Amino acid sequence: MIKRGKFFRALGVTSVAASSMLMMATATTSGASSGTIAKGKPVTIGVSLSLSGDFSGDGLAFKQGYELWAADVNKQGGLLGHKVKLDIVSDASSPTQVVTNYQKLISSDHVNLTFGPFSSLLTLPAAKAVSRYGYAMVEGAGGAPSVFQAGLTNVFDVELPVIGWMLPYAHWMASLPKSQRPKTAAYVTSNDPFTQPQIPVVEKILKKAGIKTVYNSVFPAEVTDFTAIADAVAASKAQAVIIGSNGIPIISGFMQAFEQAHYNPKNIVATGGPDQGSQFIKAVGVKNANGIMVPDTWYGLSSNPQSKKMVAEYVKQYGGTPSGVSADVAEAYAVGQVMANAVKATKGFDNSKIIKYLHSGVTIKSVLGTEKFNKLGESFSATAFTFQWQNGKFLQVNPTSDPNSVKVLYPKPVWGK
Amino acid sequence: MNSSALIHALIDGVLTGSVYALMATGLTLIFGVMDIINIAQGILVILGAYLSYALSVHWGIDPFVGLLITIPTLFVVGIVIEWAFIRRLKGPEKTAMSILVTYAVSLLIEGALNMIFTVNNVQIQTWYVNRSFEIFGIWIPYIYVFGFILAAVLLSALYYILYRTRFGASVRASLADQTAAALVGIDVRRVSTICFGIGVAVTAAGGMIYGATNAFNASSSYDLISRLLIIIVLGGMGSLGGALVAGMAMVTIEDIVAVAWSPVWSTMSFFLVLVLVLLVRPQGLFGKQSARTA
Repeated sequence: MIKRGKFFRALGVTSVAASSMLMMATATTSGASSGTIAKGKPVTIGVSLSLSGDFSGDGLAFKQGYELWAADVNKQGGLLGHKVKLDIVSDASSPTQVVTNYQKLISSDHVNLTFGPFSSLLTLPAAKAVSRYGYAMVEGAGGAPSVFQAGLTNVFDVELPVIGWMLPYAHWMASLPKSQRPKTAAYVTSNDPFTQPQIPVVEKILKKAGIKTVYNSVFPAEVTDFTAIADAVAASKAQAVIIGSNGIPIISGFMQAFEQAHYNPKNIVATGGPDQGSQFIKAVGVKNANGIMVPDTWYGLSSNPQSKKMVAEYVKQYGGTPSGVSADVAEAYAVGQVMANAVKATKGFDNSKIIKYLHSGVTIKSVLGTEKFNKLGESFSATAFTFQWQNGKFLQVNPTSDPNSVKVLYPKPVWGK
Repeated sequence: MNSSALIHALIDGVLTGSVYALMATGLTLIFGVMDIINIAQGILVILGAYLSYALSVHWGIDPFVGLLITIPTLFVVGIVIEWAFIRRLKGPEKTAMSILVTYAVSLLIEGALNMIFTVNNVQIQTWYVNRSFEIFGIWIPYIYVFGFILAAVLLSALYYILYRTRFGASVRASLADQTAAALVGIDVRRVSTICFGIGVAVTAAGGMIYGATNAFNASSSYDLISRLLIIIVLGGMGSLGGALVAGMAMVTIEDIVAVAWSPVWSTMSFFLVLVLVLLVRPQGLFGKQSARTA
């Protein structure tokens, strides 16, 4: 026989569990199958973004991209006649807060659709949380393999998966005449899901081209002082350095330590950081930026007509120059375009229909190019580019076959030149 | 393993560690005298970095000369924070509440910095930031040497104030027992206010060096505060000497492990040392065994 106290405790636990399941079921029902919105009511899109914390720079650029898209759609009458209302909350770059945010957006705020957060680190837990409610998550910054290997069917990434980002760089390096090709390379990366998967892809190609690995190391994302690691790279005397950085502090830390160690490799490429325009220049200086390379899947001078239109609107609203527009803005804008296409095609806001439609192999045009999702939600249609800072200008340098690519500045000038 | 690389890592560790020690000194002083865990210390370091950056960019003032402005400014900021928020904390929950209150202060300052400077990363640039000199084949960065000298001067000044002045005697008496100090006529509230001001003022120097060696924005404070708290736990909460030793130990251990073994284990190895020390000495390296109850 159960004692009275235990009985009430058990009853309480059961009630809480049952209520939670009921709430979840209600939310799932409203999310997955409602599909219609009363006339005159806006369509609400829930987004969690890193408006503070480590990814705040990228988070704010994403916010601009989402808002630019929403403003454009609303100018044209909204989605199926409903004005778009963005419900953006900050996750402070925290993988736990992002889960709480999406749970609240769906179960409490009852948003109709969701857009993804910034970075693979946050996209994976966010997509899992959203998946439980049957919502689609179209996102623009979760291209790490870990996102696609989680067995989720609701996630759709508009950018090229990160394993493809460094391919043009690696192929260019491998194609250099043997006399010019570096003989040795050092690989050093943060243990971040965005940076780490990119490194083995490059190493494999360079090794095949006869470029010997003389240093290869992963460091924890918590590291803030890169002097000792940079000194170890410098001690390896590698002629090419491939740095897995997810932002400016890491790449600028390595560059500063390399200069202090009087270490001048022939080539330096970083997975992230140098793509952040004037921010990067402010941190490292114009002269030191000279010759630094970075991969990306979009740039402000892209000849894509949709991209040109978006860039013009961006510059009009936020100022700056086309080449200074962050790829984050375009990725966020493309998320909106893909979702808008799916809503129009399915004639409603039913997330299950949207998921089915995006898995159907349909081709969608966006500011990034063409989107076509495979069964994992990856879009391999996008193109990867490599960019390089040359005398204060951020220029596309490969694929070398692309007519918009200029000649690579190689070897990299010594620091400060 | 290259012995030159090890020596280099050791030098880097000692030079960089001294700056972390300087930042942590303020934190441990504030805890020692007031039983306040100042979570805002990290963002105050960043505030110090931004002030040096602004003076350098807008008025062309060298960051070291700028300390003549930023240190007094942050002293006043500390006094204002103590008056506005900390003084109101009383009772047995004071220490626990201080974590929440100073976290709120931290968020306020972070928000203000984001509004003023945006979230874009910046770095203090001046001629010596990227330059170095060679000794026996090892390149030593000027900025780390200057930072070490600055830390040594300021820590010596702090030591002098604490051990050679009347005010220092009051501080030490308050550190030992606030009630007894009050009973012998020491104005513990005044001592606390000034100590909070000093604890915050040293962040100006630490922030300047941090801003010259790292690209930063307001969010950089999160990485910093966790490191500073670890330093004062290892050194012993309330111990100035402990902060110095622990600050140097933290960076030196990390750097040597990164070079000799792998960066993967650098952070973990320090935490391993921390756990081992705390198993043997739960009060930290130089902390007092008996917990203060005042």
